[in-house]
Amino acid sequence: MASKISIYKRSQGIFLVIFALFFSLSLNLNASEPVEHSTSETHAVISEEHGEHKAHDPNAPIDISKVAFEHILDSHSWHLWGDGHDALSIPLPVILKTDKGIVTFLSSEFHHDLTGTVVVEKDGQRFVNYEDGIYYATDMPNENGSFVAIGADKALTNAAPLDFSITKNVVQLFLTAILIFLIFTSIARSYKKHGITSAPKGKQSFLEPLIVFVRDDIAKENIGARSDKYVPYLLTVFFLVLFNNFIGLIPISANLTGNIAFTLVLSVFTLIITNVGASGSYWKHIFLPKPYFLWFILMPIELVGVFSKPFALMIRLFANIAGGHIVVISLVGLIFIFKSYAIAPVSIAFTLFIDILECLVALLQAYIFTMLTALFIGSAMEDHSHDSEGAHGEHATGH
Amino acid sequence: MTNLFILAGLLEPGVGLIFWTTLTFIILIILLGKFAWKPILNAIKTREEGITKALASAESALNDMRELKSNNEKILADARNERDALIKEAREAKDAIINEAKTKAQKDADRILASAREQIINEKNAAVTELKNQVATLSIEIAEKILRSELSSDEKQKALVNNLMKDVNLN
Repeated sequence: MASKISIYKRSQGIFLVIFALFFSLSLNLNASEPVEHSTSETHAVISEEHGEHKAHDPNAPIDISKVAFEHILDSHSWHLWGDGHDALSIPLPVILKTDKGIVTFLSSEFHHDLTGTVVVEKDGQRFVNYEDGIYYATDMPNENGSFVAIGADKALTNAAPLDFSITKNVVQLFLTAILIFLIFTSIARSYKKHGITSAPKGKQSFLEPLIVFVRDDIAKENIGARSDKYVPYLLTVFFLVLFNNFIGLIPISANLTGNIAFTLVLSVFTLIITNVGASGSYWKHIFLPKPYFLWFILMPIELVGVFSKPFALMIRLFANIAGGHIVVISLVGLIFIFKSYAIAPVSIAFTLFIDILECLVALLQAYIFTMLTALFIGSAMEDHSHDSEGAHGEHATGH
Repeated sequence: MTNLFILAGLLEPGVGLIFWTTLTFIILIILLGKFAWKPILNAIKTREEGITKALASAESALNDMRELKSNNEKILADARNERDALIKEAREAKDAIINEAKTKAQKDADRILASAREQIINEKNAAVTELKNQVATLSIEIAEKILRSELSSDEKQKALVNNLMKDVNLN
């Protein structure tokens, strides 16, 4: 038993190292491509549109922060490698809710364009893709050849349809949801097949301790006796976040848990569940906080607290995951900033370190998100009336 | 310019992803709850209960065994005591029987002896009496015969008278 565990740990460790190496190398490749192509590509487009010729500068500084944000943001196509017309990417469906109804087409119709120069015309409406946002195209191109209008505050003034596209993040969400469903239903089947008396095997033995951990150390610990009905929700949250955190570390994958929309939805669920299951004393504590003479100050604070807790939950997960990815890309980006192979070993060493750290963060953030959700549910369900009386009694005897 | 724009994209939740996440999340909660968590949690719970029950039953079995063992020992001790008592009783009974038999035999012997002695005395007395009678008869017969022989002649009668006269001292 003990030897089996140690072998398992060792193989996990080796896996982590290989994984991290792969990650840093692949990022390396990904980041190196745009250096060679992006400038020439935009240059070609610009020269076509305007007929003017700008000198191509291979030593032009690379905007690493732009690269980093491109990597962590959502995209309408699943980009694998390459750039511009050489890029290899999986086209994904674009679904737009426009004033004239639903419009759908494949993202490949934009031809990898993110500058708003390629116009897709559907149902008499014209769309452009600008930095992975879909907008209604302007009638005439601007001086850069883009069919977008940039206002005084440097923001786009184009109107935008509601974008329900199956983006890269949405695809990964679907895939992980299916993966989680398949894994856990197969575990459920193995209980039925092998019976409950036999020792767990394979993925069952790996994931069962996590399930028991969520049930006992997260749900029961924070919610208490009535934790059973919240356990399925907490398990779903935990494994969805955990799987996406880890899959997000793979270079070509999407950064779902580092996307604020995803964490927003989970936090809103937490907010709803917390307040639906709340006890009377929870509401009393919010709307009639003691001491009463400070009511007009405390009540708004308590009310803000209701929303600030899930809000913090949303920001924490999003910022941790997105931040980790930015750090990794920035470290790899050092190679391109210094334009030297000599920096690569340093860069890779640091990236390796951060990647291993990110594996820890992936697990930790899934745990923290679930644990805090359970904590909020538990504290809202708690009956404070006994506690406060006890505190008063103590107060009285103290004097 | 672009950086600010992208940063806004980073912090602005996209309506599409919100929609799809909500939909997927709800479906996932329902499906997993029904097909995964319920059977898994039930199985784990049943197993835990089974383990607890097995431990408890093992404990009670151990207690039962302990009780059985002490019972057995008690029974064994009782049996031993009973055996001892029985043996003691038997020994006493044996002694009593032997004593009784001895006493009875003694008594019988005494009685037989006494009656024998009495009979012997009686027999002896009878024999003595008979002997006396015989002796008397014989004496008389002898005396008669002697007298006859003594008195058969005159000389003898005279001798006798002389003899008798010698004895008689007339002084």
